[in-house]
Amino acid sequence: MTSSELNWDAIVIGGGHNGLVAAAMLAKSGRRVLLLEAGNEVGGAARTEEFAPGFRVSAVAHLLNRLHPDVVKTLELERHGLTIERGNFVPSVALSKNGPLTLHGAYGEVLTGASSAEQSAWKQLRAQLLRYAGVLKPFLSRRAPDLGNMSLAEMTGLGQTALALKRLGKEDMRDFLRVLLMNVYDLLDEQLSDDRLKGLLAFDATLGSHLGPRSPTSLLGLYYRLAGEIGGLAGAQVQPKGGMGAVVAAIRAAAEKAGVSIRHASPVARVIVEKGRAVGVVTQSGETLRAKTVVSAINPATTILDLVGPREVDTGFVRKVRNIRMKGDAAKLHLALDRPPQFPGVDAAGHKGRLVIAPSPDHVERAFNPSKYGAFSPEPVMEITLPSLVDASLAPCGACVLSAVVQYAPYALKEGWTAGKPLFLKAIMAQLEIYAPGIGATVRHAELLTPADIEARYRMPGHWHHGELQADQMLMSRPVSGWSGYDTPLEGLFLAGAGSHPGGGISGAPGLNAARRIIAMRA
Amino acid sequence: MNHHPTIKPLADARTAAQSHFRTLRLGTPFQPRIDALALKQDWYNWAGYRAPHSLWDEELEYFAIRSQAALFDISPMTKYRIEGPDAEAYLDRVTLRDVTKLKPGRVHYTAWCDDDGFVLDDGTLFRLSPTRFRLCSQERHLPWLLDSAFRYDVTVEEETEAVAGLALQGPTSFAILRDAGFAGVERLKIFDLAEFAHEGATVTISRTGFTGDLGYELFVPTDKALSLWDRLMAAGELRGIRAIGYTALNRARLEAGLIVANADFTAAEHAIRADRLRMPDEIGLGFMIDPDKGHFNGRRAILEARSKKRLRHVLVGLEIEGNIPAEHAIVYYRKSQEVGLVSAAMWSPMAKRNIALASLQRPYGDTIVDDLWVEIYAMRELQYQKLMKKAKVVPRPFIKLDRRTANPPADF
Repeated sequence: MTSSELNWDAIVIGGGHNGLVAAAMLAKSGRRVLLLEAGNEVGGAARTEEFAPGFRVSAVAHLLNRLHPDVVKTLELERHGLTIERGNFVPSVALSKNGPLTLHGAYGEVLTGASSAEQSAWKQLRAQLLRYAGVLKPFLSRRAPDLGNMSLAEMTGLGQTALALKRLGKEDMRDFLRVLLMNVYDLLDEQLSDDRLKGLLAFDATLGSHLGPRSPTSLLGLYYRLAGEIGGLAGAQVQPKGGMGAVVAAIRAAAEKAGVSIRHASPVARVIVEKGRAVGVVTQSGETLRAKTVVSAINPATTILDLVGPREVDTGFVRKVRNIRMKGDAAKLHLALDRPPQFPGVDAAGHKGRLVIAPSPDHVERAFNPSKYGAFSPEPVMEITLPSLVDASLAPCGACVLSAVVQYAPYALKEGWTAGKPLFLKAIMAQLEIYAPGIGATVRHAELLTPADIEARYRMPGHWHHGELQADQMLMSRPVSGWSGYDTPLEGLFLAGAGSHPGGGISGAPGLNAARRIIAMRA
Repeated sequence: MNHHPTIKPLADARTAAQSHFRTLRLGTPFQPRIDALALKQDWYNWAGYRAPHSLWDEELEYFAIRSQAALFDISPMTKYRIEGPDAEAYLDRVTLRDVTKLKPGRVHYTAWCDDDGFVLDDGTLFRLSPTRFRLCSQERHLPWLLDSAFRYDVTVEEETEAVAGLALQGPTSFAILRDAGFAGVERLKIFDLAEFAHEGATVTISRTGFTGDLGYELFVPTDKALSLWDRLMAAGELRGIRAIGYTALNRARLEAGLIVANADFTAAEHAIRADRLRMPDEIGLGFMIDPDKGHFNGRRAILEARSKKRLRHVLVGLEIEGNIPAEHAIVYYRKSQEVGLVSAAMWSPMAKRNIALASLQRPYGDTIVDDLWVEIYAMRELQYQKLMKKAKVVPRPFIKLDRRTANPPADF
């Protein structure tokens, strides 16, 4: 018997972290699972890669702040090498020419560097943000409610949310509803006065989406962030030892332990459809693999338009899939430095944390403006980590790795990224030089990944969340309305990637929910 | 002061296009001939065109269809030209019936649905060559058809304005075409089409129609429309050819048991109320569904509705006692429970029966067919006479004419 004659219970396309989670969950349920990864290594955008000799870095995602607790628990990731301890939480530092401001613990349990009035204002706002994010949290972790066809469990879930709303009390509930779709800029103006703090929050709310702080609904991004938790604390963040690849290694170990067969360098050419049912895949090398269930943990549009093909699904569905907004603005910068950079005023703990250049909400808004017209920010905003300070093995002795997510770098840059990339790098380095004087002279190697590079290298068409994460593409509308429950119009085909609800970030939630859905459907 | 500003006339194309409102309803390429015959000036709006309800006498126009030959202008019908190497595969995905079985030179009646399996429209599909089709329908569908063409090697163009159409229907229709010099037209079997020469252009003649009678449909470039009309009128003079309006045609189609979009069912894109949407099985088009052909729009929803028994309506033919047409009458079960509505009704001179099409809520009309009644409100000198009449579910068509399919077609 050759392998192509083997019949699998489930084939998972794509070995990103969501694909691995889905595969592991399905294998744990007793299914025979094959995972096909296009690259030579699993992990997708959560890999740790060498970008310069001796320098390794988390490829795209570099901070862990929303790995779903059920993923950690069900897959026993701690037994497979994942360690998350309170002591590993890292602070967020708002860099400024007027000296830094630091949010310690889980998203600013303690705020330092601000006036006492600002500290108490922040205490109130933080409590409120967490309270409101807590209401949304069940929505942002479970399968989106299926409006037409709700199960008892889903009803109960909705009921719990209604109850959580009720528990807020009348005034708070009204306020929750008032601010829900607000822009983050106005909300911050209502409650805070320190531009550094407001800039940091404005940056966090808009990170990874095509929104400026003044864009309607931009506050949702902040809720999305705070609905995540790590080590049981909402808003906390860690820099994983070994980079994000270490997290993936733990999930991979859990998947293999559960019996998942993993094949590398096996890109899928198409999904085989027979009479409206997905029954297997053909790899690009021409091998036919059949399975009862096909789970695609890659981009939803790629899955439907390229692997399945528009001919096997209905026109209206194709219309919706083609209209998924998928043009990101996030770029990733990796610097190999001779020595750790010095951000004046920031202490040693701060250097191990998340350093944010977003000196004011207006600055973030101004950085966003050109992206609407296909130009990059002349003064980009960014979040910086120095992973080799947390894990010295990531850089040669004495040297340092800098990893930064930079905005705004529009996917469709007017002049094209070949011409634009060196100019954008120059703009980024100019900002870095302001906050870490002398850094430029220590750069041994710089790697800038534009959205176009991220698309090509990590198979993330257009957007690192596999679709804008905004109100119109969340919940019941992710990836498209009518098909938010991980199933698709094709029987036997499921979507399990970040393009599905709840969306992007290293959460494993789409993979987890998709697997649960498949198990519940006995597919 | 009544100072009127002088509006400078603009000659650019945009301004020219804006004057469309000056013509309330467009004329068809045959309008000069129809206007000359329209003694009654009784017009209606057919997809933006000025079309006659009746030209001179409804009854006689109807009998022209059944006893002579009737000429009906179908130019306002929406027509799409669909061409390319993938045209067959494309149409097979868009429409219900199996297009791979439709040979070049053939026509079939089909319908198409949205993702939820609700009928967008029905129409006729003409296969002009292996890679060229014409899709005719009541409503306009260009955005849907273009979006459906994504990743097919096919072009879709509306050709409603470029192509004029005539229906020539009735027992003498074949003889007229033959006498008009369309050699070989006798070889056309029902649902065949062929191309013929006309004034240096091509006229496509198909043995199709909307009357249940012997008949043909002719498509010609608009600039040859009038000469084609004249050619037919001249050849048909001694065979009773008459131009007719829609009222007569509507009667003939009802006798033939044929349905009309937005008259007998509400097309999905028109329906505002969720319960007005109809699946093919709910309007008598279930025969078009072929689960064994390739994927088609609505397949999943239609098959699911079938397997989960979620079909809520059924369209039936009714025979009603008496001779008063039951148009838009409510249908009752046991004279008391409302179970549906009549969408079209008439006293059929051919069938000598009082016939109707009705949409009923299942199981009525489906498994329960006895004890059905219709309540007819007959207006008699400013007073309604309410008649509760027994209705019987009967098969469609209500009339079956051998001459429709006879080969060779009969000479009259």
